[in-house]
Amino acid sequence: MAETSAEPAHVHAPPEGFIRKHVFSLDHKVIGKQYYALALLAVFTGMILSWLMRIHLVWPNAKIPGLELLSKVGAPGGVMTPEYYLSLLTMHGTLMVFFVLTNAPFAAFGNYFLPIQIGAEDMAFPRFNMMSFWTTFAAWVVLMLAFVIPDGPPIAGWTEYTPLSAIGKDAGPGMEWGASCWGISIALFCVASLLSSLNFIATTLDLRAKGMTLMRMPLCTWAWFITSCIALLAFAVLLPACILLMLDRHAGTSFFIPAGIVASDRLQPHSGGSPLLWQHLFWFFGHPEVYIAILPSMGIVSHILINSMRKPLLSAKVVIYSMMSIGFLSYMVWGHHMFLSGMNPMSALAFSFPTLTITIPATILTLIWLGSLYGANLQINSASLFAIGFISMFVSGGVSGFFLAQPSIDIYLHATYFVVGHFHMVMGVASLFGVFAGTYFWFPKMTGRYMSEGLGKLHFWITFIGAYCIFMPFHYLGLIGNVRRYQSFVDDFMAPYIPLHKFITIAALITGGAQFIFLFNLIYSRFWGKPAPQNPWNATSLEWSIPSPPPWNNFGGRHPVVYHDPHQYGVKGGAGDFVMQDSPEVIASGD
Amino acid sequence: MGGHRRGAMGKILAVVIVIIGLASAYPILKNQYPLPEDISTHGHLIDDQLNDTMMEAGISFVGAQLLLAYFLWTFSGRKPGSPLKDFPGGAKVLVIFAFVIVGTEVIALGAFGQKAWASVYFTSARADSLQIQAQAEQFAFYFRYAGPDGKFGMIHPEKIDEGNQNYFGLDPENDVAARDDIVSGELVVPMSKEIHLMLHGKDVGHSFYVRELRIQQDFVPGLDLSVHFTATKVGKYEIVCTQLCGLGHYNMKAYLNVMSQVDFDAWLKQQSQ
Amino acid sequence: MASTTAVTAQAEKLRQAARRGGVAATGADRASRSGIWVAMFAITMSFMAFTSALFVREGSLDWGHLVLPSIVYWNTLALLASSGTFELARRRLELVGGGRVQSGEPGIIWLVATLALGIAFCVGQYSAWQNLRAQGIYLATNPNSSFFYVLTFIHVLHVVGGISAFLYLLSRLALRPGVLRRSFFENTAIYWHFMGVLWLYLLLLCRTRL
Repeated sequence: MAETSAEPAHVHAPPEGFIRKHVFSLDHKVIGKQYYALALLAVFTGMILSWLMRIHLVWPNAKIPGLELLSKVGAPGGVMTPEYYLSLLTMHGTLMVFFVLTNAPFAAFGNYFLPIQIGAEDMAFPRFNMMSFWTTFAAWVVLMLAFVIPDGPPIAGWTEYTPLSAIGKDAGPGMEWGASCWGISIALFCVASLLSSLNFIATTLDLRAKGMTLMRMPLCTWAWFITSCIALLAFAVLLPACILLMLDRHAGTSFFIPAGIVASDRLQPHSGGSPLLWQHLFWFFGHPEVYIAILPSMGIVSHILINSMRKPLLSAKVVIYSMMSIGFLSYMVWGHHMFLSGMNPMSALAFSFPTLTITIPATILTLIWLGSLYGANLQINSASLFAIGFISMFVSGGVSGFFLAQPSIDIYLHATYFVVGHFHMVMGVASLFGVFAGTYFWFPKMTGRYMSEGLGKLHFWITFIGAYCIFMPFHYLGLIGNVRRYQSFVDDFMAPYIPLHKFITIAALITGGAQFIFLFNLIYSRFWGKPAPQNPWNATSLEWSIPSPPPWNNFGGRHPVVYHDPHQYGVKGGAGDFVMQDSPEVIASGD
Repeated sequence: MGGHRRGAMGKILAVVIVIIGLASAYPILKNQYPLPEDISTHGHLIDDQLNDTMMEAGISFVGAQLLLAYFLWTFSGRKPGSPLKDFPGGAKVLVIFAFVIVGTEVIALGAFGQKAWASVYFTSARADSLQIQAQAEQFAFYFRYAGPDGKFGMIHPEKIDEGNQNYFGLDPENDVAARDDIVSGELVVPMSKEIHLMLHGKDVGHSFYVRELRIQQDFVPGLDLSVHFTATKVGKYEIVCTQLCGLGHYNMKAYLNVMSQVDFDAWLKQQSQ
Repeated sequence: MASTTAVTAQAEKLRQAARRGGVAATGADRASRSGIWVAMFAITMSFMAFTSALFVREGSLDWGHLVLPSIVYWNTLALLASSGTFELARRRLELVGGGRVQSGEPGIIWLVATLALGIAFCVGQYSAWQNLRAQGIYLATNPNSSFFYVLTFIHVLHVVGGISAFLYLLSRLALRPGVLRRSFFENTAIYWHFMGVLWLYLLLLCRTRL
């Protein structure tokens, strides 16, 4: 096959020196790994925060050794104060939603694999890519700063509703500089995400190899592409919101603060602002954000399933269109977070219908995954276990959405543990299962070694059962009216449910502990794992056509030519029951 | 990595999924987490809607988990070289099913559910309803009755004085209407009378939630919001704050005290003295 | 076979584009063109967020009226004129093959004029803020002034970004002739014109709503 277009010889020169190779790298693979490492740091921090919260909920007077070192004011003698619980809650949510669920499935794996899967040498804008990561890192540092400043982290939740988040220190502890750390951190995160999305979109549209039509892209590439389109618009709205919030906090403006507010016995010098405006701006970002969190995992799971099942999904096109519809609809539903907010009750119905409608593409996807399993030849390994687990978790998490999508039922269930159960199952579990599956699947490509299957399976079993033990009971607690964001349950009617909360806490400690098995597996296998061949899973997409780990320019300077889609499993190919995308061999049934 | 061992794990997972699916459904089927008693006139609409949804959600949930388990059991760990099959009807059947069955189901839920929503939000309070103002602040609820003159005094934020129990910032010296206003830490209401509760936020966002009343509504500083309801049973019910408002959020509560009309009139008279 | 024919046809199109020195010569060129449109889309979305904030906020009782400092209209003329001079420079570009350009002698003058007008716009906007401050109208004085300062400041920030790119462009054309990619020139021009269009929108918004 002839080299044809006037491509520049290299997108960037080969890296020299430690700093260029491992720190300020232009290589999308290094940047992907950096995002992954940051996500690991964030997820373990967030997990430990959740442990602290769960322990405090059921043993409020427990002395937690070392906690007073984290904050003398927030946990004197190791006993957590009510306000510190809220600080930890806020940091947990912020770290998990932004630094884990946006970073790991999207920025980490997407950066690493999208260029390779489309046959490109790197992302379109490697310097912007490097800037994206380091800006994200700076955002993380600024956020973590909230832990060490005297007044501690903010107590307004990851949603930082105004006026609580806007009036400054009169609102409570952590609301002076802690909340400002939050605002600056998230603003930086927005800038980084915008740059990242730009890169993903331009790369997908313009750097595809010859023969790599859009329809021949792997499903995870599609998921990253759709996610980046969503992210572009969502973060473009959150950034102005954060700017206006910071102005209210520090420059005396009144975008979000109305007149006549008396907090801490002080009449606040603001007037005319609208607290609902913040909610609208925030959720206009916030709802697409949760789809940013789940779509890449849907793509990764689809990608892994076809390989594990040794057969394609019933229709890749339907999966692509379903993911696109979810992306599109995600912009029409933000008001379902605001049914009881005081906005016009008519709009509640207007938001409810598209919210219910999203059930349709989500159901289509689930049925396609299930229907494709029929007649398959499923190979069980750590990656496929987490992919199957994803389907189970996505169903569980999605079904509770039926309730919350209806404003009338939301009257009762809003702000209860039912909501907390719902979003943890879809985001905290299902999305993370996609990340786990991707890790076990792609580790051999990224490092040239397998992860330990034994440890991987142990990790799966404890996490799968443990996650159900933690989050399924949240729904029952919601049904009896257990309110969320409380640091302890002082109501009489809650007394019979404290044992259930204790059960959840123990499950959380065990399940969280199992994640250290995963961490150990990652680190151990990186250095001493069993060596893996170039294509250990007999997979079809382009990442498996290059060495493990790949060279700095992915394809070694050549320009791959693509002949097939990545769904050629269960066909008679030269290498077995599959045909790789860049193999010129003809397939009887066509592609 | 023997094929036989691999196959066993797929089947084990299938069994575990069935157990989890049924175990999750069990507490619901046995009604182990019942909704608190409904003491409102509109609540049955919400409860009916919730029960209908639970049935549809439950069937979807258990059905999907069982299907996943069945396919996992049957199609994992097969002998190498086993023939691959396609789901009969392929993607088309599933897409049609999703649109027609699931689509109808959820749209129906939405269409029927709006009745419950409308009963709370699309009707205004009746002209003869009892007007009570609720104020939410960090970290307490206070309630104000208009008193014998039937008029509420003006709120002056700069006059708020917690130490002297002037929670609403009333100015009885200069404001005639404020002189007979009754302020209470408890929301006392007569049974079977429509209450028009006007919500005033003093500082940050709060929310008014009474589980038994099936009412929840945010307080938004700067906005005049209200809800209306009719309580059908005498008793004391907890009012809790459900919008994160600061460090005392968990402890921000009051009581809804539903009395007979006779007892309520007596209480009101006593407060006026 | 079908897919190979499609591949070679696509390759032939690219070869011809490269010969013409057209912008779509390389993947990198195409990507940077997509990139600039995507960026403009995101920036537009951000200003839509600010606009919706304005529409919500103007419903409050304390919404007043702000008389825009008259220098703002001169600034507008400067910015629009700079787009014009940029275009004049663009038409005087000479292709040097491989997708690269050089300015041609009269072109440099128009580029310098563009830079001067762009800087004049920024200085003029700063002067508008000074004018307001002299009247005692600051960022937090009233909601109208808040929006004026925020919208104009964020816009100027983006113009400064454009000027930075422009400085790079000018330095390449003036000091290292024949080394600037045509795609870079065209993308900078597109962004520059976008700054003008965006400003016209913001001016209209401020004039009619503030």
